[in-house]
Amino acid sequence: MEKQYETVIGLEVHVELATKTKIFCGCSTAFGGEPNTHTCPVCTGMPGSLPVLNKRVLEYAVAVGLATNCEITKYCKFDRKNYFYPDNPQNYQISQLYLPICRNGNVEIETENGKKLVGIHEIHMEEDAGKLIHDEWDDCSLVDYNRSGVPLIEIVSEPDMRSAQEVIAYLEKLRMTIQYLGASDCKLQEGSMRADVNLSVREAGAEAFGTRTEMKNLNSFKAIARAIEGERERQIDLLESGHKVIQETRRWDDAKGESYAMRSKEDAQDYRYFPDPDLVPVVLDNAFLDEIRRKQPEFREDKMARYKREFDLPDYDIDIITAAKRMADLFEATVALGAQPKKVSNWLMVETLRLLKEKEMDPEDIRFSPEHLAKLISLADSKAVNSTVAKEVFEEMFENDIDPEKYVEEKGLKTVNDESALRRAVEKVIADNPQSVTDYRGGKEKAIGFLVGQTMKAMKGKADPGMVNQLLKELL
Amino acid sequence: MANIISDETIEYVGILAKLELTDEEKERAKKDMGSMLDYIDKLGELDTRGVEPMSHVFPVNNVFREDVVTNGDEREAILKNAPEEKNGMFAVPRTFE
Repeated sequence: MEKQYETVIGLEVHVELATKTKIFCGCSTAFGGEPNTHTCPVCTGMPGSLPVLNKRVLEYAVAVGLATNCEITKYCKFDRKNYFYPDNPQNYQISQLYLPICRNGNVEIETENGKKLVGIHEIHMEEDAGKLIHDEWDDCSLVDYNRSGVPLIEIVSEPDMRSAQEVIAYLEKLRMTIQYLGASDCKLQEGSMRADVNLSVREAGAEAFGTRTEMKNLNSFKAIARAIEGERERQIDLLESGHKVIQETRRWDDAKGESYAMRSKEDAQDYRYFPDPDLVPVVLDNAFLDEIRRKQPEFREDKMARYKREFDLPDYDIDIITAAKRMADLFEATVALGAQPKKVSNWLMVETLRLLKEKEMDPEDIRFSPEHLAKLISLADSKAVNSTVAKEVFEEMFENDIDPEKYVEEKGLKTVNDESALRRAVEKVIADNPQSVTDYRGGKEKAIGFLVGQTMKAMKGKADPGMVNQLLKELL
Repeated sequence: MANIISDETIEYVGILAKLELTDEEKERAKKDMGSMLDYIDKLGELDTRGVEPMSHVFPVNNVFREDVVTNGDEREAILKNAPEEKNGMFAVPRTFE
């Protein structure tokens, strides 16, 4: 009988924190600046410069730790991780090895096999490295230190996951929790959330873990799922053919659907960690922790229950709206302005999601304000614009956050409620289309649709189709 | 000298420090490192049971900065520290993983 294998997976997730400045200096973390315009002696590792911890980094790290049921380390320190690489100007990365800020946590995930806890071994704070660009012309490498010193937390899970599905559920749970906290936007494609997958296989029922490999360069959930399948197959093939799995770091090439061993930096594993003498210990008291606890937001599970209770929305709507913090915030703010919850939900679920998908945007990228959405809903409710016009206005609002009231006014999109004007248009359509009129009178009910269409056209779309219909029936 | 540094150890330390040493330099480094370790061994003469390892000399905790941008664009000054500069970046020997 063929051997059955179990996959054992643990994750190292790096999350870039949403601070304005770097972890140890007052340089901006803004994206897209010209190379090296966000640098200073601290983040370029100049001798004699002194790093000072950004308090916000600590607050975010503790908030994530509390949200993932971790123990918070009340006496915590930073350590130097030594390695030579040009993206790391100090020749060490400031990180935490001995006393990381959070330990022993867990998150609950849900897959089609039910609920399960995934353990979190630790969360530590550290700095990001610079960016290396290889110059083909001059045979040299160019370094941009704008990213150097950008704050990260690394969330290390226990080897508790057994399938790609569980890994994705775990990542989605982390992402949602961190987005709800506002600690990061967690975009995999843009690298503000990065996951390294540690994977081994063992015969089903075996106690001991197999030899694991670490997989890097995973930029999407799909790539992660494919890399897990690919690595599982590769390791099983090795074992089945009598070979051994070598503990190594591999790089996933998603285009080719295969991984290759990264050339190991010579003895790179010897990082010679030691406490960083430039940074003093962080000592936390209960008052600090209570303050962070007090500021924790309402997380998704609680929000879902409340939406059901307060707004009586269908589960389907609640599931979609609460899946992204930005959507939930927009929903609540729009409802707070007096819009009817189900109507707000419809605009978000249908038109907003459609446009996001079409433009390949994330909910975080939504630009329109709740005030403008509320105005649009009230315009549609009062029949000041018909549903076709409302959708056009919405697209404009989605694109440029225009004020729908002003826009409708300026572009003259208001539905013509002036019955005499409408009556004149209908009379003209009847006079111009004798064939359809005869058809309708002859019992062809459908012919009225054409006449409604012609009237709407004559009114440049600015009529209430219901009213047109009614007038036509009356005049025919 | 109580601490004898082996050829393998000095080779390994050289790799970690990215240093290429001549045979003569290796011999000298072995001797220096041995005597440094002998000196450190003096600490072993003390009873340090129950003493917390110290990472900082001063009893100072919790030094923070607020999350406020205080640095402007200092690129020109920073790039003066580069071995070579190209396109506003530090140019270094070609390096890849």
